Amino acid sequence: MSGLAGKMQHSLTVAGQTDYPHGFTNDLICSQFMEATGAEIVVRCLAEEGVEFVFGYPGGAVLNIYDEIFKQNKFKHVLVRHEQAAVHAADAYARATGRVGVALVTSGPGATNAVTGIATAYMDSVPIVVVTGQVPTPAIGMDAFQEVDTVGITRPCVKHNFLVKDVKDLAETMKKAFIIAATGRPGPVVVDVPKDITAHTTEFVYPASIEMRSYNPVVKGHSGQLKRAVQMLLEAQRPMIYIGGGVVLGDASKQLVEVASLLGFPVTNTLMGLGGHPATHRQNLGMLGMHGTYEANMAMQHCDVLLAVGARFDDRVIGNPAHFAREQRRIIHIDIDPSSISKRVKVDVPIVGDVKHVLTEMLALLKQAKDKPDAALTAWWTQIELWRSKNCLKYNKQSSIIKPQYVVEKLWEVTKGDAYVTSDVGQHQMWAAQYYKFDQPRRWINSGGLGTMGVGLPYAMGVQLAFPDAQVACITGESSIQMNIQELSTCKQYRIPVKVLTLNNGYMGMVRQWQEFFYGSRYAESYMESLPDFVKLAESYGHVGMKIEKPEDVEAAIKEAFSPALKERMVFMDFITDAAENVFPMVEGGKGLSEMILAEEL
Amino acid sequence: MNSRHIISLLMENEAGALSRVAGLFSARAYNIESLTVAPTEDATLSRMTIVTTGSEDIIEQITKQLNKLIDVIKVMDLTEGQHIERELMLVKVKAVGAGREEMKRTADIFRGRIIDVTEATYTIELTGTGSKLDAFLEAIDSALIIETVRTGASGIGRGERSLKV
Ligand SMILES: Cc1ncc(C[n+]2csc(CCOP(=O)(O)OP(=O)(O)O)c2C)c(N)n1
Repeated sequence: MSGLAGKMQHSLTVAGQTDYPHGFTNDLICSQFMEATGAEIVVRCLAEEGVEFVFGYPGGAVLNIYDEIFKQNKFKHVLVRHEQAAVHAADAYARATGRVGVALVTSGPGATNAVTGIATAYMDSVPIVVVTGQVPTPAIGMDAFQEVDTVGITRPCVKHNFLVKDVKDLAETMKKAFIIAATGRPGPVVVDVPKDITAHTTEFVYPASIEMRSYNPVVKGHSGQLKRAVQMLLEAQRPMIYIGGGVVLGDASKQLVEVASLLGFPVTNTLMGLGGHPATHRQNLGMLGMHGTYEANMAMQHCDVLLAVGARFDDRVIGNPAHFAREQRRIIHIDIDPSSISKRVKVDVPIVGDVKHVLTEMLALLKQAKDKPDAALTAWWTQIELWRSKNCLKYNKQSSIIKPQYVVEKLWEVTKGDAYVTSDVGQHQMWAAQYYKFDQPRRWINSGGLGTMGVGLPYAMGVQLAFPDAQVACITGESSIQMNIQELSTCKQYRIPVKVLTLNNGYMGMVRQWQEFFYGSRYAESYMESLPDFVKLAESYGHVGMKIEKPEDVEAAIKEAFSPALKERMVFMDFITDAAENVFPMVEGGKGLSEMILAEEL
Repeated sequence: MNSRHIISLLMENEAGALSRVAGLFSARAYNIESLTVAPTEDATLSRMTIVTTGSEDIIEQITKQLNKLIDVIKVMDLTEGQHIERELMLVKVKAVGAGREEMKRTADIFRGRIIDVTEATYTIELTGTGSKLDAFLEAIDSALIIETVRTGASGIGRGERSLKV
């Protein structure tokens, strides 16, 4: 039991700044049987996990927990202005740091407000733990005040969820939640804690680890499959490496870069995979998919051997699967989640495992191999360079109206490619992905899978809190930013000096683009009357506001925003951009990858 | 090509476990013909039998998605090998006049048992594969059927083949 005592001692120091009324030393207390309330247990578990920030919003069902938060100083609670933002901020913290993000919300409307954040994290496989308050156990099912079936509502958008019905299970459940969120294919876990459970007491023991017979994620890849894969790669005439968010989430970009460099193959990233392979690397063809580069989409379509790593061939990436299947190619697919393999596209060599692990083994095999990549590779690169020379991302730099692409390019220059960039959803998101060249993983924070407008600002907050000295930019649209604009208040309270760059085209640009192309330019409800004066709005919260209307002012504005003088300040830049600009290249829904519309063709 | 599959699984006997499986099927628009579940000899474990139809690709996805559920311990597609399938059906039928004897004879042929009798009705218990139960219902005059209730299939592997923790 000595290990246990040690654990307890450590746990006690969590609440150590509270006074022990009898003047006991910690050691003395530890040798006694100590009861803790459920609320204390929640807080101690979070401290045991080394949680730095809890993003949350109080309410009746979680008041016991908040009271314990008040008494501790192991982690900082960040009070948001809407529960959705709490979950987004926790999600961004996780994406940027690789650690589990934590949010805390009350029952009923607190939980329902959190759902969009949870679903967003789920679609992008982000490890977060969301603690939700629940009505007291005897009230469950009674349509009690602020009761919702949180476990039921969140079931389809969590990796797992728990309703804690006995305080004795609480610590173990919290441990399981953190393990499940962080391991295997990561994802959100909800722990629903009824109010009476937070008042009940039990002995607190935080397990160091827990075995779950039903949960054993695979780590190592199958060695036979790995050998086949290596052979296939070395025989390839027109190879392609296609990487997704799994490379970023799995911290495997170092290994990926080594494998790609050794082979000399072209690499493309999905929206979620940006930064997994450096954008400025010669072998990098940029993003693929609906708004991917010409060279990436063409190479993807015409390759004969495809190495897919931590990616899932989703509809925005390969377009029409039947069209994709028209070209003969052999596919090697490495993924931690077996259900991602052969879901939309048949795979020849499936390798289930942790991508970092598998790539490390693959690298070793490649180094041992006597064969070298096929000589045909040279001709393939010649072809690719031809595609690349189309320069599909060129845009009018002589324009007298600010081009949105230009703002992103300037941001990249001013921040030396070293910023954390969050975005919302729409055209600006695609331009951010296309024109900010991410050379490092975990720098690009966006909602890829769910496409949630409103994530940008809370994402930036989560990242900035994790890295107080980093440059954090939120590239957004005037519509998206208004979906969580209330967080300007949170930025004020905690002095979070994020820089917001609104590409203000007056429209829900991405909707407008689709209406222009597919609905005869009937712009139904995609134009917003009565935008606020964003400068004044920012200033009303004590932030710095800037309105930029001319191309020649763009660079200076960004430089000023990131200057030492404004380092501690939140800056809101409202760039008035070309309302008619569209995102190119574009693969229409249902079309094949190689059937892109290019800017010059219109 | 769609075909019928019987999927057996063992899962933690936890509150909500059933709804995770049922929710998965509806969320991903998988077919579900029947689903039965009950605890096993080990009370911490539930065993579920799901009868579904789908193409090979869909069935592969179903088993993968089931395996992905945190509470699920093991999944087996029974139809991939030798297996036994049984379903229980209770049928309440009108049984009067000449038809009464006829009904008993048909039940006997299908090895059914009459487990409740009134002057005008029989309640017949039948076990077998789903298709045998279907065959019985087709063999009797449908106008005589008052009520049927079926459990859905349970399945088990033949011989040494077993699903255990
Ligand atoms: C919560 C939510 N509602 C609706 C949408 C659909 N949608 C996708 S992009 C977009 C327009 C975004 O406009 P804006 O933020 O101004 O960005 P822009 O496209 O102009 O760059 C909309 C409405 C969404 N993605 N998320």
